[in-house]
Amino acid sequence: MKIPLHITVNGQPREILVEPTRTLLETIRVDLGLTGSKEGCGKGNCGACTVLLNGMAVNSCLVLAVEAEGQEVLTIEGLSQGNRLHPLQQAFLDQGAVQCGFCTPGVLLLAKSLLDTNPHPSEQEIRTAIAGNLCRCTGYDKIVRAIVAASKQKVAP
Amino acid sequence: MTEYSFLGKSLPRLDAAGKLTGKAQYVADLNIPGMLHGVILRSPYAHARIRRLDVSKACALPGVVAVITAADIPASAGRAIMAEDKVLYGSHPVAAVAAVTREIAEAALGCIEVEYEPLPVVSDGVEAMKPDAPLLHPNLYTESMTGKASTPSNIANFTEFRRGDVEAGFAQAAVVREDTYRTQMIHHGYLEPQACVAQVDSGGKVTIWASVQGAFTFREQLGASLGLPLSRIRVVPMEVGGGFGGKNGMLLGPLCVLLAQKAGRPVRMVMTREEDLRMARPAPPTTITVKLGATREGLLTAAEVTMVYEAGAFASPLPPSGFVTGLSPYCLPNVKVNGYVVVVNKPPVGALRAPGAPQAAFAVECQMDQMAEALGMDPLQFRFKNIVTQGDRALNDLTYARIGFQEVLEKVAQHPNWVRPLEGKYRGRGLACGMWFGGVGSSAATLNINADGTFALLVGSVDLTGTRTIFVQIVAEELGVSPDEVSVVMGDTDTAPYADIAAGSRTTRQMGAAVQQACHDAKAELIRRGAASLGVAEGEVEYRDRRVQMKGHPEKFVSLRDLARASISTAAGPIVGRGASTRPSPAPSLAAHVVDVEVDPETGKVTVLSYTAVQDVGFAINPTMVEGQIQGAVAMGAGWALSEDYIFEDGILQNASLMDYHQPTAADLPMIDTAIVEVPSDNPYGVRGVGEPPIVPSLAAIANAIHKATGVRMSKLPMTSEAVWRAIRAQAKG
Repeated sequence: MKIPLHITVNGQPREILVEPTRTLLETIRVDLGLTGSKEGCGKGNCGACTVLLNGMAVNSCLVLAVEAEGQEVLTIEGLSQGNRLHPLQQAFLDQGAVQCGFCTPGVLLLAKSLLDTNPHPSEQEIRTAIAGNLCRCTGYDKIVRAIVAASKQKVAP
Repeated sequence: MTEYSFLGKSLPRLDAAGKLTGKAQYVADLNIPGMLHGVILRSPYAHARIRRLDVSKACALPGVVAVITAADIPASAGRAIMAEDKVLYGSHPVAAVAAVTREIAEAALGCIEVEYEPLPVVSDGVEAMKPDAPLLHPNLYTESMTGKASTPSNIANFTEFRRGDVEAGFAQAAVVREDTYRTQMIHHGYLEPQACVAQVDSGGKVTIWASVQGAFTFREQLGASLGLPLSRIRVVPMEVGGGFGGKNGMLLGPLCVLLAQKAGRPVRMVMTREEDLRMARPAPPTTITVKLGATREGLLTAAEVTMVYEAGAFASPLPPSGFVTGLSPYCLPNVKVNGYVVVVNKPPVGALRAPGAPQAAFAVECQMDQMAEALGMDPLQFRFKNIVTQGDRALNDLTYARIGFQEVLEKVAQHPNWVRPLEGKYRGRGLACGMWFGGVGSSAATLNINADGTFALLVGSVDLTGTRTIFVQIVAEELGVSPDEVSVVMGDTDTAPYADIAAGSRTTRQMGAAVQQACHDAKAELIRRGAASLGVAEGEVEYRDRRVQMKGHPEKFVSLRDLARASISTAAGPIVGRGASTRPSPAPSLAAHVVDVEVDPETGKVTVLSYTAVQDVGFAINPTMVEGQIQGAVAMGAGWALSEDYIFEDGILQNASLMDYHQPTAADLPMIDTAIVEVPSDNPYGVRGVGEPPIVPSLAAIANAIHKATGVRMSKLPMTSEAVWRAIRAQAKG
């Protein structure tokens, strides 16, 4: 039996029916068609499916959709303002931190949650924070540099 | 050196915007109406006879549309993708099901009845070579240069190489050392699991969307496998979420097409991470014995190497290039190499970033350090004394053209991370080298001039490392336009001209050459038409700054825009530049790594304090992207060296998750310093391959650093905390 679910996704209130066994990741990708969130392992070990749930980074493959009832979800599709990239996205572009792109959405959202709580993290704090997000292409060097660059740019408007 | 406007500049990747915003499309993002979900029944045994296989209950399950077994698969597809009478590795596919949901498809797997008769498992390459070892294939006869063996064995291939007289060489040596090294199986670790979607139209034409490194290569393999002419297959390459040699499409491709044909509906197959770890084509484990001899002055006199490559359950189609690359950085008058490719009850191996070379370099470069130590010589000086230069011969008998091996060592010698002292107990600095020839092949490109004088480039290569951006840089440079005025499409096999697979560190060299030719072709046509328009001979005009102008009279010109506009409204017709590159010469490249580690003697944990990768790239068209390739390779090498492993019990993988198979995280690594050396090759713009060389030295560099830090010589990978701790303890006990 499907269960009604009320969630706000990227600022838009949504009301859908979901199977109780549906993960938040499946709901985002399949039911809502937002395929920017990636499934790399389905076990919470790779971080590719990271989204923000009420501002907190979660592995959406480990959250049941019904657990998100009444909450706000931010996915990669909601990070930029229209065509204007978020400072983190811009920093990733400028620093060459994007290669195959499969880890990129998850790392960006994790980095946003980090900077929201710790606006000027040290290199070690960044490394610890993103340790749950695997990347095989970059060796993390340029990702860490991009997060540092974004943290320096992010001035209160 | 030539001054360029757009080459040698770090333009941001053109594909980055889509990847940063979640718009980039990977296979698993596709949703085709009516699409079914395909899953595979995998063997729970590593070696067993299939006594009975009954799929009737699965077929009867509501929602199941198609079930296939070996009976549905042509023999040309081989038995590695689906077992017939015997399963030969854990997770060897036995059947596949397509159903309306993944849940139903998985439930159907549970309804398939299989009776297995377990057989003795052969899981070690050296054991598998013994005469009394159980045979995997009753009809496997060792192939070698002298022909085929007369009795079957698990040795699929024997390669030997001889140069000079090794006995005489060792007799001249003041120091001789012989040791054996072992490397483990590792996975590519791409973050996007294997995936494809296949659809068959009413006329039988197959369209397959795939995560592949080479759309055309995949099409050829798929065609040969299923007996289909290439005109009946269209491969649409999607964004690839990491390849590293592991994405050739053939793990799922044939099964997906057969399910789609049988079901008459599109079928999607996406591996779980567990399946990918169990079923993909990992790097071969090796056992390598290296004997080196050198004079008191440090000149190598002879090398004797025996390499055993475990191919997994089926003989590897790839000749293990480690046979050649391991020793090729050094001048060696006398060489003897014996190479064995051996089958065991493990997943068939495949290509992984510089296939075979890191394993060989691990053995050879560790042994080079042992020799330097025995000679009382600095390891860098020892390598300087023996490094190859132009005119020397590689082990594959290639005579080196201009190469930058010496220059790479010079760069190391001057690098602050090599020069500065490393202080502290249990800290050590390791050095290792590694070379790679780079693949060759054929590719073509088409450059259309749009009606407004902008450009549209069409290529059929897959962009793994930022090659789209490279090609736009080339067109902008050659035609003197802004990169914004150039679009690039990486087409599918029905739309784009042929491109070889993006592998072997070849795409920028090889497709880059085709793109350069297409630019020259378009420019020549502009000059022909410009000269005609100006009423002068072709020799009197030149192409410059978006114009065809009279030499010496730049005020007499016709603009690119006018020529472009005229091209679509006159009999001359549209302007299309065509380029085709055939087998560019190999562009050997050396990488040398310097790594500082600290070892905790209480736990054996190895911490990488700093890492410096020096590499001759010929010419860095986009330095930031070159650095990114090098840094990624170093991280992969660190995982191979320190933590990644396939742990088998009775041939069954025990750690098939990313929790238990530990790839390096950001917290495991420091910043990775790169130092780019540019000694031009004779490829266009002087480029050399970039992506593979930087993984080659990494395993040995870390092992050599651990030796310097602790005095223990780790001869077996991975060098986990436990392994290092045991080695330290064994050494203390003497």
